[in-house]
Amino acid sequence: MSEAIGSEAVSDIQQMNMIQAINSALDVMMERDPDVVVMGEDVGYFGGVFRATAGLQQKYGKNRVFDTPITECGIIGVAVGMGAYGLRPVPEIQFADYIYPALDQLVSEAARLRYRSAGEFVAPMTVRSPFGGGIFGGQTHSQSPEGIFTHVSGVKTVIPSTPYDAKGLLIAAIEDNDPVIFFEPKRIYNGPFDGHYDTPAKSWAGHEQAQVPTGYYRVALGEARVARPGEAMTVLCYGTMVHVVENTVAEMGVDAEILDLRTLVPLDIDAIERSVKKTGRCLIVHEATRTSGFGAELSALVQERCFYHLEAPIGRVTGFDTPYPHSLEWAYFPGPVRIREAINKIVKD
Amino acid sequence: MSDRIDSDAGTGQLGRNLPPLRLHVPEPKFRPGDTADFSDFAIPPAGAQARPDEVAQPAQMRDLAYGLVRVLDENGAAVGPWDPKLPAETLLKMLRAMALTRAFDGRMFRAQRQGKTSFYMKSTGEEAVSIGAAAALASDDMCFPSYRQQGILIARGWPIIDMMNQIYSNKGDRLKGRQLPIMYSARAAGFFSISGNLTTQYPQAVGWAMASAARGDTRIAATWCGEGSTAEGDFHSACTFASVYRAPVIMNVVNNQWAISSFSGFAGAEATTFAARAIGYGIAGLRVDGNDALAVYAATRWAADRARANAGPTLIEHFTYRVEGHSTSDDPSAYRSADEASHWPLGDPIARLKKHCIALGIWDEERHAAMDKELAEMVRDAAREAEKNGILGHGLHHPMESMFEDVFEEMPWHLREQQQAMLDEWKAAGL
Repeated sequence: MSEAIGSEAVSDIQQMNMIQAINSALDVMMERDPDVVVMGEDVGYFGGVFRATAGLQQKYGKNRVFDTPITECGIIGVAVGMGAYGLRPVPEIQFADYIYPALDQLVSEAARLRYRSAGEFVAPMTVRSPFGGGIFGGQTHSQSPEGIFTHVSGVKTVIPSTPYDAKGLLIAAIEDNDPVIFFEPKRIYNGPFDGHYDTPAKSWAGHEQAQVPTGYYRVALGEARVARPGEAMTVLCYGTMVHVVENTVAEMGVDAEILDLRTLVPLDIDAIERSVKKTGRCLIVHEATRTSGFGAELSALVQERCFYHLEAPIGRVTGFDTPYPHSLEWAYFPGPVRIREAINKIVKD
Repeated sequence: MSDRIDSDAGTGQLGRNLPPLRLHVPEPKFRPGDTADFSDFAIPPAGAQARPDEVAQPAQMRDLAYGLVRVLDENGAAVGPWDPKLPAETLLKMLRAMALTRAFDGRMFRAQRQGKTSFYMKSTGEEAVSIGAAAALASDDMCFPSYRQQGILIARGWPIIDMMNQIYSNKGDRLKGRQLPIMYSARAAGFFSISGNLTTQYPQAVGWAMASAARGDTRIAATWCGEGSTAEGDFHSACTFASVYRAPVIMNVVNNQWAISSFSGFAGAEATTFAARAIGYGIAGLRVDGNDALAVYAATRWAADRARANAGPTLIEHFTYRVEGHSTSDDPSAYRSADEASHWPLGDPIARLKKHCIALGIWDEERHAAMDKELAEMVRDAAREAEKNGILGHGLHHPMESMFEDVFEEMPWHLREQQQAMLDEWKAAGL
């Protein structure tokens, strides 16, 4: 029982941005489970370049929250060994663009350990990493490599789009006994983004999904969220693009159903099937490059399962198959102009 | 005037009157047809290497990274400060484990040639590296081996029939036929699941050791890789982590001279020793005669005591020779001199330990011959027993639907769906 004076329901909910929600999830899990350790470049004393781990070392000590050498291969390799010991590491890769040196340890080791040892050894870890563009980060601070991981058997891939989901999904990911890649859309760390890069940035203040319980709760992995119910068409998206799509749909006044997938693997196929069979039209929006992107998998699944309900070809709005450009970021970014065109085409077809 | 700053600025001499650059591509001393001659190989005498205190500072013991810790001399006597002075019982147990490993290798190599499995890797000539280390570690210390450390499992008394079931990928294989033969996993024996991707186990061992230290545990970790794969980034990431956090870990480099067909020069052996890699990381480095079981034991024990004293990690180079091919898929006669193994100046590890035991009066040729015969029969009987569970490709494997298990703790819908579709397809085909 809480000893707090006043309304517990009120004191248990706080306005949080996504960074604060992630920090709160780590705090809650470190408090509950002594096996949870946080590690990564600059995450300790300093609290992370995005402040996601601020205060944790002070609270839980250097044995549980520590800075690491700049070797992503080493960070994930060490996390596998810690997992084999019985800990539950939450390594941070400072930017998703830096995750490639760790690919062998993620793909050949963390993702395969349970299978190759028939369950004798497991590597429960949640790899947190800021991803995506819209911050003028150039090609080494803007990438969306989720499709690389959804292609790998043995890892789960999770992408939140709100502070509430970020905390609940991160707690569920840390409690999961399989390795989870947890990509955090850094464009919306401090506020939702409507896609209009030339207007002042918004904060999470007043946003319904920024009302976050201070304690423990889970958002189950593998469950999509209906961000906006609708009848005219279905839009499948995740991360930053949920907000860009929401705003574009509102501006157009089209009655689209927007599904925030939240977990790419395992995917909530039932929610997708239900929605597309209802609307008969489907648009997929992601920031990652197009060819072999996760949208290709979504498109194939929708075609396989909803073909006889489709009234128009499935559309995709994605990043282009180029490296992420710096000065031309807003031409690359799948923003309102491109989404509007795609919606018009699908609704009219 | 130009504002350029470089050595040819303003000279008009760009690239002129300079010798052409040359690329150095290493070449081993002996190739097929050559007579191997190691007479220029200076072997430090046994007993000559000083033994520093277990908690000595790495900077005070750099010569150990370039020397060679040796205990057994030419007469089979154990000499010098590194002599671990093991009781007779331990010496004979080590000798037996080494002989069993060799008998096991012989039997399993033949099984592969007989078509009973897809692949095998012998450790001939390198038995001391695994068994000397296992004997010096506590039974609950955690091993992160590479693919040629079957001797650890044997030294830890793991049932050889279980190893054979894995090699045959049969219904008795605890790993459900998922791994290439010899990629064992034995948690109960403190033996981590072997990966075919080289040196990935190095940072994992360091992570395990860091976790043990963070928890105030007393167990340490040990890991092994070949000299060739010290070139992998994982090796250097692991050394950095081990050094930074003073992790209680022993990192072993088994320098058996050959990485498939590439001699040790392609991993940097022409320039320095592998033990000397430790110096740059500021960790203790030992270079050891890997064919001397007592030297391996002594070095491992030193490193283990050091780790347990919170004095940090040790990198040990075991200087040895890969007597056989890399694996059953390899033909070493295509790239190296056929008589290198017989001319190898550090001898055979089993013969050397046997000689020591005989010199001590605790062993003799008759007992050794009887032991070899007994072990050969034991291995043969175990193989027959294992073959009752099936051999590769003869149908006695785990059921096909088991392929989808253990990808995740709980099977998600897409794997369940693929599993069902596979079973339906086979059923529809009448199979």
